[in-house]
Amino acid sequence: MPLYLDDQQTMLRDTARDFIAEHAPPAHLRALRDANDPTGFSRDLWKQFAEMGFTGILIPEAQSGMGLGHVEAGVVLEEIGRNLSPSPFLTTAVAAVEALRGTAHADRHYPGILAGDTIAALAIDERAKFGDGIALAAERSGNGFRLSGTKQFVTHAHVADLILVAARTSGSETDQDGVTLFAIDAKTAALDIRPERLADSSLASRITFANIELHADAVVGDVDNGREVLNRLLAAGRTGASGELLGVGGGAMDLTVAYLKERKQFGQTIGSFQALQHRAAHLYAEMEVARAAVLKAQQLLDAASPHAGQAVAVAKAMTGLATTLSVQEGIQMHGGIGMTDEYDIGFYMKRARVLAEMFGDANYHADALARESGY
Amino acid sequence: MTDLADFRSETRAWLEAHCPPEMRTPVRSDKDICWGGRNPDFQPGQREWLEAMASRGWTVPDWPTEYGGGGLSPAETKALREEMAALHCRNPLNSFGISMLGPALLKYGTEAQKLDHLPKIARGEIRWCQGYSEPNAGSDLASLAASAEDAGDHYVVNGQKVWTSYADKADWIFCLVRTSKQSKQGGISFVLFDMASDGVSTKPILLISGYSPFCETFMDNVRVPKANRIHDENKGWDVAKYLLGHEREMISGMGLASAGGGNPLIEGAIAAVGLDDRGRLADPLLRASIALFEVRARAFGAMSERFVDELKAGRAHPAQPSMMKYYGTELNKARHELQMAAGGSDALEWESDASNGGAAARAWLRTKANSIEGGTSEIQLNIVAKRILDLPT
Repeated sequence: MPLYLDDQQTMLRDTARDFIAEHAPPAHLRALRDANDPTGFSRDLWKQFAEMGFTGILIPEAQSGMGLGHVEAGVVLEEIGRNLSPSPFLTTAVAAVEALRGTAHADRHYPGILAGDTIAALAIDERAKFGDGIALAAERSGNGFRLSGTKQFVTHAHVADLILVAARTSGSETDQDGVTLFAIDAKTAALDIRPERLADSSLASRITFANIELHADAVVGDVDNGREVLNRLLAAGRTGASGELLGVGGGAMDLTVAYLKERKQFGQTIGSFQALQHRAAHLYAEMEVARAAVLKAQQLLDAASPHAGQAVAVAKAMTGLATTLSVQEGIQMHGGIGMTDEYDIGFYMKRARVLAEMFGDANYHADALARESGY
Repeated sequence: MTDLADFRSETRAWLEAHCPPEMRTPVRSDKDICWGGRNPDFQPGQREWLEAMASRGWTVPDWPTEYGGGGLSPAETKALREEMAALHCRNPLNSFGISMLGPALLKYGTEAQKLDHLPKIARGEIRWCQGYSEPNAGSDLASLAASAEDAGDHYVVNGQKVWTSYADKADWIFCLVRTSKQSKQGGISFVLFDMASDGVSTKPILLISGYSPFCETFMDNVRVPKANRIHDENKGWDVAKYLLGHEREMISGMGLASAGGGNPLIEGAIAAVGLDDRGRLADPLLRASIALFEVRARAFGAMSERFVDELKAGRAHPAQPSMMKYYGTELNKARHELQMAAGGSDALEWESDASNGGAAARAWLRTKANSIEGGTSEIQLNIVAKRILDLPT
């Protein structure tokens, strides 16, 4: 398979690009932020995503979805990133759909996701930096389980219908085995969900599980063998976050290059200065390398290749590095105006920081590659 | 799709049967690279491997069969490269004829010129060098002065070239000469001549690596038949630019891990520093530096694959090789800095058997030229800024 978008994927990209730029440009985020909107995104837009078929991109055709892959999901995510559109697409239509694939929960939740009614959240982080350890305890209790512990950095939890929780059913915190994934109905379980506004204006919650009783059918996959499902969720989430980061970094770069062509100082457009041309060209190179890494990860994931895991780690790390550079250079090359709230470039910097942290940052993934390579 | 799967399995079986075991080990020094030519210096296995691959046209798998190529489709070419990589097969032939002159001949050569030169390039019979730079024409290449006087059916060439890689070992040269002083870029012609011609002499240039891969080349009344001119008179700059794109593509490939499998950087670091009781490099900052470097190196590997795919489909931006050249060479310099840092004082030994004749140190020093030769990093960034980002002059 050649490493570029084919004609159908390009058509989907053009559709997504036009639709998202029209309905959810950076001004949409700014309006939600200015209104201190408690939802953090537009439910109407989520409905429209469903009407466009976007929410069903990864859902199999047999279950009424589009039956497409991570390349196609990434095409949509890149445009979400480029427009800074607040959306539960990554957690719901990508990570949750992948986690539930092939389980009884799919039949229950896919219709809501397809209709643009269901919002899913991922309760997998327990500390400030993403790590592999899981401490939140799920003890057997009667016909089910009793959960106690805390999770954090759970985006969309405050409005979620479905929360996927990684919990420990045996062993100790650092063990790979003994992990189980649960699908919780957020509306009926008595969870203590505390949303906090993040730097990028999105909302993420700290959740306390105080002896929450769950029925055994909340288990996704097998008890104690949830690491496999969790890894599937993470691979999808990381690849998706990489695609969104690509859009954030690319959007910031486009703003910056456009500014270099219009801003005048010393009687010339500043884009004619070699010092700035070289910085911009270097940034372009970093973004192109990141773009190739993302497409490689998406294709290998779609092909169920044994090399997909490493490619996903490379994609998440590389987009973290390249997009961080893009937003930093964006502010610097915009000069003073880049520091103002009125201008959009700062929004790109904030969003990039959140996505770079999500599902493990560049250091986490470089470390993982090193461990797999035996050093 | 089934056809491609068949091609892949047949190719793998053929490679298994024909690639000598010596040609499946990592490239460790210059001697491991096969250049062919009139006076080849073959190491064990190199001749057999070259002849086996050339017999199928697989030294240049995507060239047409009538010019010695394999006539493979882009998808088949990619499958062949992947199968070679999977078996850790070395490149059978390193050649400026393949990476630079060949593509230019395919685009600009006459049928007679193609039939004359391309099959010999494919079989590794003629080793080529490049006559571009001059003492006063480096980054400003178009200011070159070596002159070609019109003498009827031939030119008389006088002047000096510099940085001609392996000119002292090459059989023929592809050379830029000035056929008119009326216009800077529009007065250049692209000619080929035999290095054994009367009036050609070379002098090696000793580098900081202790080696002399480059030469000064002097031309003193050299007769070059006009039939050896590629493309029209005074149109050599078009050929030169096209060829430079391929040179940049080739040099950018240096940023990738070496062919033949293994990762010398990681293996070297483990050997020098050792692993702790958790199986991690005992120097945590070195480990972190290498790990972050590997992220970029693997991402660049994907970029290289994408670039080749786009090139074959005719979708690549013509200035994209400049981005590749810039990134790949900077990456390669970083790789060798890390390799030296990992090796410590062992890697500094210049002539010892233990250091394989100072291979690591010499390779490190050699890479410093990567971001200069074929157009400096700054020239590549200028091209990206102007031609891709469309920034004003």
